[in-house]
Amino acid sequence: MVGLFKSEYKNPVVRWIDERMPIFTMMDKEYRNFPTPRNFNYFWNFGALALVNLIVMIGSGIFLAMFYTPNTSMAFGSVQRIMRDVNWGWLIRYIHMNGASMFFIVVYIHTFRGLYYGSYKRPRELLWILGVLILLLMMATAFMGYVLPWGQMSYWGATVITNLFSAFPFVGKSIVTWLWGGYSVGNATLNRFFSLHYLLPFVIFGVVFLHVVALHITGSNNPLGIDVKSKQDTVPFHPYYTIKDSVGLGVYLIVFACLVFFLPKILGDPLNFQQANPLQTPPDVVPEWYFLPFYAILRSIPNKLGGVVMMFTSVCVLFVIPWLDTSPVRSARFRPLFRPFILLLVVDVLVLGVVGAHPPVGSWILIGRLATTYYFLFFFVLMPVVGKFERPLPLPESISRPVLRGGGPLPAPSAGQPMEKP
Amino acid sequence: MSSDAATDSASHGQHAPAEGGRRDFLSLVTAATAAIGVGAVVWPFVDSMNPAADTLAAGAPVDVDLSPIQPGQQIVLLWRGKPILVQNRTPAALKVLQSKEMLSRLSDPNSRVHQQPKYATNWHRSIKPEFGVLVGICTHLGCLPEYFPNPSKSVPVENWLGGYLCPCHGSKYDIAGRVYSGVPAPYNLPVPPYTFINDHTITVGKNPAGHTFSLGGIVQI
Repeated sequence: MVGLFKSEYKNPVVRWIDERMPIFTMMDKEYRNFPTPRNFNYFWNFGALALVNLIVMIGSGIFLAMFYTPNTSMAFGSVQRIMRDVNWGWLIRYIHMNGASMFFIVVYIHTFRGLYYGSYKRPRELLWILGVLILLLMMATAFMGYVLPWGQMSYWGATVITNLFSAFPFVGKSIVTWLWGGYSVGNATLNRFFSLHYLLPFVIFGVVFLHVVALHITGSNNPLGIDVKSKQDTVPFHPYYTIKDSVGLGVYLIVFACLVFFLPKILGDPLNFQQANPLQTPPDVVPEWYFLPFYAILRSIPNKLGGVVMMFTSVCVLFVIPWLDTSPVRSARFRPLFRPFILLLVVDVLVLGVVGAHPPVGSWILIGRLATTYYFLFFFVLMPVVGKFERPLPLPESISRPVLRGGGPLPAPSAGQPMEKP
Repeated sequence: MSSDAATDSASHGQHAPAEGGRRDFLSLVTAATAAIGVGAVVWPFVDSMNPAADTLAAGAPVDVDLSPIQPGQQIVLLWRGKPILVQNRTPAALKVLQSKEMLSRLSDPNSRVHQQPKYATNWHRSIKPEFGVLVGICTHLGCLPEYFPNPSKSVPVENWLGGYLCPCHGSKYDIAGRVYSGVPAPYNLPVPPYTFINDHTITVGKNPAGHTFSLGGIVQI
């Protein structure tokens, strides 16, 4: 039996495959018996939901690409054809359109979960960095996807966003021309955006795989932010968290279905139902809702290059927070000083979102600047400083302790392991 | 374990199948619900690949004016992506269709195989003998047979009586689209549904009143 994996499967077909390529054993280890902290709350649903959402987007997108034409003279019409003539085309497009919004809702909550419970801290720094990379790729994919229907907001959004690069000294203009492939946003731009919009989701899928690989090395963080100390602290992933994820999935699908069937256009800009017109700029060019906080930061800085740099910094700062945060305590539950600041950051980002939706006039300018200031204050000042002065609350001895005190019958610990006497 | 072990094991025999049955029932209902749900989600995606409403509309019947077609001439139009051949046959060509020499060369001279509507199941495979309407797709492998209406000693082949010759593998048809025997093509050329709306105009894609025929039902296209 030299060279064959020692499989424990009885079924001869499964065993034959498993001996040569132990995917069954691996799946068992990583997704069935995988020891997972027993104290997850519903925030821990969102990673699985994000994966489901990615699959929904790739699936619906593949079908849309069967009917879409990436040409400036036909793109808008081909999308109208999808809506009116293609069987179920309206459904597939509304799934894809609102799926993008659902994806950002899920991923923003997933990111907040990581920030609040300190999931970015040692030993999960690389896991976190891969996550931020996925977020950046998602943003690029969403932006290019929004250009494809070739409506007024598609065209002017693409014009404004690509022009951001012109702010960079010396090379800026050449970069913009290179992005466009012409004198302005045009057919070449549309073609390359379609090509990349189709490619990037698969790149995201690859990075998600690495994200999960890294997760299965370090193990999951948990609401207490303390390490797993014994088998008492964990339950097998299946059935405990497959079931818990299914509950969250049900709620997610209900919200998704409500958007698709009852409010399919509520999150989109009505101007995008007009075909792109290079001779008429809309009164206020705004991106989709999920980019509004970053757009508000861009508009709050009264300097072109400064605004662009700060906008990119506002996302990329997430890459370095494992080193900006000086506190050894992960969960904000035990950080009395940090907790109000991070909750204020949530409010701050929501305020930035509202500011981004309004033209920069009157008091919106002041509100936008204050909110932008707090955003950067939080990451560059509060994160490093609070950790030095804060006195954390006492941490629980183990994960199982506070859970057990909660009362009620407990699920048996990992298979075959006798429960210790308390 | 309960202290009343005897009762427990006695009732076990009665209750176990019932419990198993309930669990089986729940599993079945869950699986069935999931299967219906998956089907309901998958169906729109599968169905989206069927012809769209505008594609179907583009396949509506088309009118063809026969008056410009000279005797011996044929015109080709594209209907639902297929070449439709419309011929004006000469009296000489009609005579050849009924000649012993031609009939002896054909594989299905009486159009027994369902390759045409009832109203074209006759010796000329059309409504009026002088006008023929055919789908110009070889029943062998889908090439387009070429039109050689005139009898000839050598063109395109020796001892030609007039008809169609497929350039791909040499299948031969007479001018009514009946296939020769001993060639690769197995069936006569299909006749599409068509009807006369007046003396010199036909509508391709529409049957005469009282007939239902569509190319979807024939043996091979």
